This record gives sequence, structure tokens and C-alpha cells, in this order.
Amino acid sequence: MEQPNLSYIEELSGGDNAFKEKLIAIVRKELPREISDYKTNIEAASYEKAAEYVHKLKHKISILGLEEAYYVAMDYEEDLRNERLECQSKFEAILLQMSQFIELL
Amino acid sequence: MKCIIIDDEATARAIIAHLCASVDGLEVVEEFPNAIQAIKFLNKNEVDLIFLDIHMPDFTGFDFIDTLKTPPKIVLTTSDKNLAFEAFEYDCIVDYLLKPVTLPRFLKAMQKVESTNVTTSVIDMDKKESTDSNNTSDKELYVNIDRRLIKIDFESIYLIEAKGDYILIKTHEKNYTVHSTLKKIEEKLPDNLFLKVHRSYIIHIKKIIDIEDNSVLIERDVVPISRSNRSELMKRLNLL
Repeated sequence: MEQPNLSYIEELSGGDNAFKEKLIAIVRKELPREISDYKTNIEAASYEKAAEYVHKLKHKISILGLEEAYYVAMDYEEDLRNERLECQSKFEAILLQMSQFIELL
Repeated sequence: MKCIIIDDEATARAIIAHLCASVDGLEVVEEFPNAIQAIKFLNKNEVDLIFLDIHMPDFTGFDFIDTLKTPPKIVLTTSDKNLAFEAFEYDCIVDYLLKPVTLPRFLKAMQKVESTNVTTSVIDMDKKESTDSNNTSDKELYVNIDRRLIKIDFESIYLIEAKGDYILIKTHEKNYTVHSTLKKIEEKLPDNLFLKVHRSYIIHIKKIIDIEDNSVLIERDVVPISRSNRSELMKRLNLL
């Protein structure tokens, strides 16, 4: 199973540690909010809105180098727009993996 | 060159601002988490370039562009791979960056920005090249949802809304989310019944309840009307 990593952030930073730390801090702050908003909409059965948050979370997934997970999120976003939840547990496992990773940085 | 960044994601704004710092002469004068704040800023300030996210709550990137009388050069930043066709209908859009944006791709976009002159020429809409546009019916449309072809009567549709890679077809009975574009469905709809009133909306003109300034009430939905589409709508109405 692929693991979150900092390859993209490090490449983007180009050795600028201050920027790297700043970006990680922003992701650490923004990610839980987006996850919370996603879950609120799932619980309210607002699947169209939940899909918008999945769309937004796709960027975080790619920033953390999760290439396969990105495709899971893509499929899940499409499913949600048709009120299907088959990929929910798979997607939420990715969110958990990302949250744990970012908290340990 | 002065630029602004519009994106509801702080992470995305930080990345673009960092990339801008690597280009000599490019100055980020302001960043905005939504398009409304950016419009207020642009009412009083001029910029040469806008980095613009497409998917933002309430007001999309395309909605934002439609509000600008003389848009500057725009580089779209998005996680959507399927909006390029729609994006390049706008002369002001110089490039289309997929997130996560890398430095080499960003620099390539900046080369395009420097070498492109934004013109106001109108795209030749006669160049629509749908290969199956002859397969039209004047009564119904079939859409593919979950590998099933579902028939929708034109008469039941009152609104079609673009939603990123999807369109939302609203009918009296239910709503359908279909993986398609407004441009594709527009080619399948009878011209005498439907009209695109905005970049993101097609309406059934017989279902209009009222029109006020730049919006139309259709069933219970209030739909914006673009400046460029307003005159065509007015022509279609039986005005007293």
C-alpha cells in the first residue's frame, strides 16, 4: 500500500525549509477542516456538497504523493454525484492515513 | 507584471505564491479565498494576470470571468482534467494548470503568458465538431447513468447546470447528474425550446416564471443571465 510522502513538497520547496514548514503548517490546519466539512455533508446525506469536498481533498491527496489514492478519490467524487457510497470506506481510510501522517510531521 | 491569486484553498494559494516568487518581475499584489472579494478589488485596481481556481463554492471561476468587462490574462488552476475545452472558449485564458502545480509546468505557463496577446475576437461557434450531432430527436434524450441509458423527455427538463466535469439535469420528477458538458448537451437539445443563458446554465425557455435584471426565475431556481446572452433571451420572448 502506498504511503503519504513529502516528495512533491520537497521538490517544490527546492531547499527552502521555511517555505516547506509553512506549507506543511497550512496543510495541517486546512486538512482537518476539509475532512470535517466532508463528513458533515455525508452525515447530512448532502452528497453533491460532499463531492465538492472530495474534489478539494484530491489536491491534498496529490500534494502528499498518493497517486493511487487520487484515482480512488476521483471515482468516489463521481459516485457521490450519483448518490453512491461504495468507495466511502476506502476513501475515508485514505483520509485517516493522511491525517496521521501530517500530524506526525 | 502584477497578478492576483483566487483560490478557496489556502494550500493552493501558498503554492502559487511561492511559484510566482521564482519569476522575475512577477508580483503577487493580493490573494483571495473567493471570487466576490476579488471582484471588489478589481473594481478599484488593475492587474495583468489572474491565477484562478475553477471550483469554488457559490461562484465558480467561470462565473467570475463572466463578470469581468475586460478580463486580463488568466491562468486557470484546477484539479479537473476535463475542463480544458470549456476553458479555451475564453480568449483571456492563457493556460490551464493541473494541481498539484510543478515549477517546470508553471514556468511554461509563464512563457505563454508573456508571449500571448489577449484578443477579443469571437470564437467561431460554427466549428462545433460533434460527430454524432445528427443523432438528435425532437422529443427525448438518453443519458448514461451507472451503465444504464435513461430516457429524459425534453418537455420535463427545466434547467441544466454545469457542475465541473458533470451536468445536472433538473426535471419536474427528479434530477440527474451526468458525466458530460453543457456544450455536448446543447448540441442535442432543440433550439426552439432551450437557451444557454449563462456559461453554466441552459434553461427551457417555456418554463420561465419571471426575469429580473440579470437573473431568471425558473421553477424554484434563480439562474444568472450573462450580459452576452441576455439579448438572445429577450429576442425569444413574446414581449408586450
